[in-house]
Amino acid sequence: MGCPHCGRVHEAPGPDMCVRCGWRLAANVPDTSLQWVWAWFFAGLIAYIPANIYPMLRTQSLGRTSESTILEGVVELLHHGSYSVAIIVFVASIAIPIGKFFAIAYLALSIQRKVRQGVHGRYRLYEVVEFIGRWSMIDVFVVAILAALVQLDFAATINPGIAAISFALSVAFTMLSAQSFNPKTIWAYGDHSKT
Amino acid sequence: MIACPTCDALYTLPDVAEGARARCRRCHTVLTAPRKGAMTRIVMLASTSFILMLAAIFFPFLELTAAGRTQRSSIMDVVLVFADGPFVGLAIAVGALIVVLPLLRLLALIYVLAPMSFGWRPARDAIPVFRFSERIKPWSMAEIFIVGVAVALIKVAGLAHLSLGPAFWAFAALVLVVALKDNFMCRLTIWKTLEHRRQ
Ligand SMILES: [Zn+2]
Ligand SMILES: [Zn+2]
Repeated sequence: MGCPHCGRVHEAPGPDMCVRCGWRLAANVPDTSLQWVWAWFFAGLIAYIPANIYPMLRTQSLGRTSESTILEGVVELLHHGSYSVAIIVFVASIAIPIGKFFAIAYLALSIQRKVRQGVHGRYRLYEVVEFIGRWSMIDVFVVAILAALVQLDFAATINPGIAAISFALSVAFTMLSAQSFNPKTIWAYGDHSKT
Repeated sequence: MIACPTCDALYTLPDVAEGARARCRRCHTVLTAPRKGAMTRIVMLASTSFILMLAAIFFPFLELTAAGRTQRSSIMDVVLVFADGPFVGLAIAVGALIVVLPLLRLLALIYVLAPMSFGWRPARDAIPVFRFSERIKPWSMAEIFIVGVAVALIKVAGLAHLSLGPAFWAFAALVLVVALKDNFMCRLTIWKTLEHRRQ
């Protein structure tokens, strides 16, 4: 049994924690990590719904208040002709979160079904999900920066909308969901040919 | 002997030459990639990042000019915007992600690696501290914040004239230095050294 963090080898049944680095050791199969994956997954999914319905930004300008959701923000950028930024925002706040939900569900289901095919591909997918998920926070930071910059003494005021909170929560929950995966379970049912 | 951290394939690792890297044959995870003088360099880079970070927090990083008025914002302002009403939680989260966690991670690394780079015994509790720094790694989002600044710049471009303050460049430099530092980090080497020196 190897430590998932530092690779120290322990004899099975080993201790609960790695003797070198103190990381939690879990036996590969059966594995309880999937319960956490699903729990955070649904928390993230639930938080993602209001994130899209409610406004992300409230702009007050000359007595008029306009509110825009995530999607409207992207459309607005397109109208301004800033296509590259529109693509960045679209990818970070819409494509990545939705893609992540599908990827996590697919990975978790294939582990539950003990699928043997395509381990390498699935492991790549897991790495991509882990790496890319954090980038969705961009939109939350953009809202924070805009709100800090554009304050009362200007012609316009920008305030964060309620969606900023639920979007940030959704990103955090899906990050936790991805982190809860025990990558070894992907390999556990996969090919043993090359070991 | 080590097990691959991601797929449990077992290896007896020979001494890997400095500058080379060993990958798992099955899943291609990098097992170890020792670098010459890595500890010292990491400590130096982490200290640099720490100073840059402090500069980035308190100097203005964006300047907005509209109708003859100028507004300067520092990162502290960004964190404090949310500090009233229902957005307090968000303020704490944003502050943690772009300021507190990156700073803590740098401090933890310096604390763990500085004694080792001098060849001393590891500091007290070096093991849990290093584990902590590895755990918060995905949550320290300075580089994402930089991209956020760029997006915000373009969003308000029509509204007012914007210019970048000194802190923006400090922050951008910080992102580069952190990336460089992570490149030198070899988890396995650090854990091995920690284990050996403890005895
Ligand atoms: Zn370990
Ligand atoms: Zn492996």
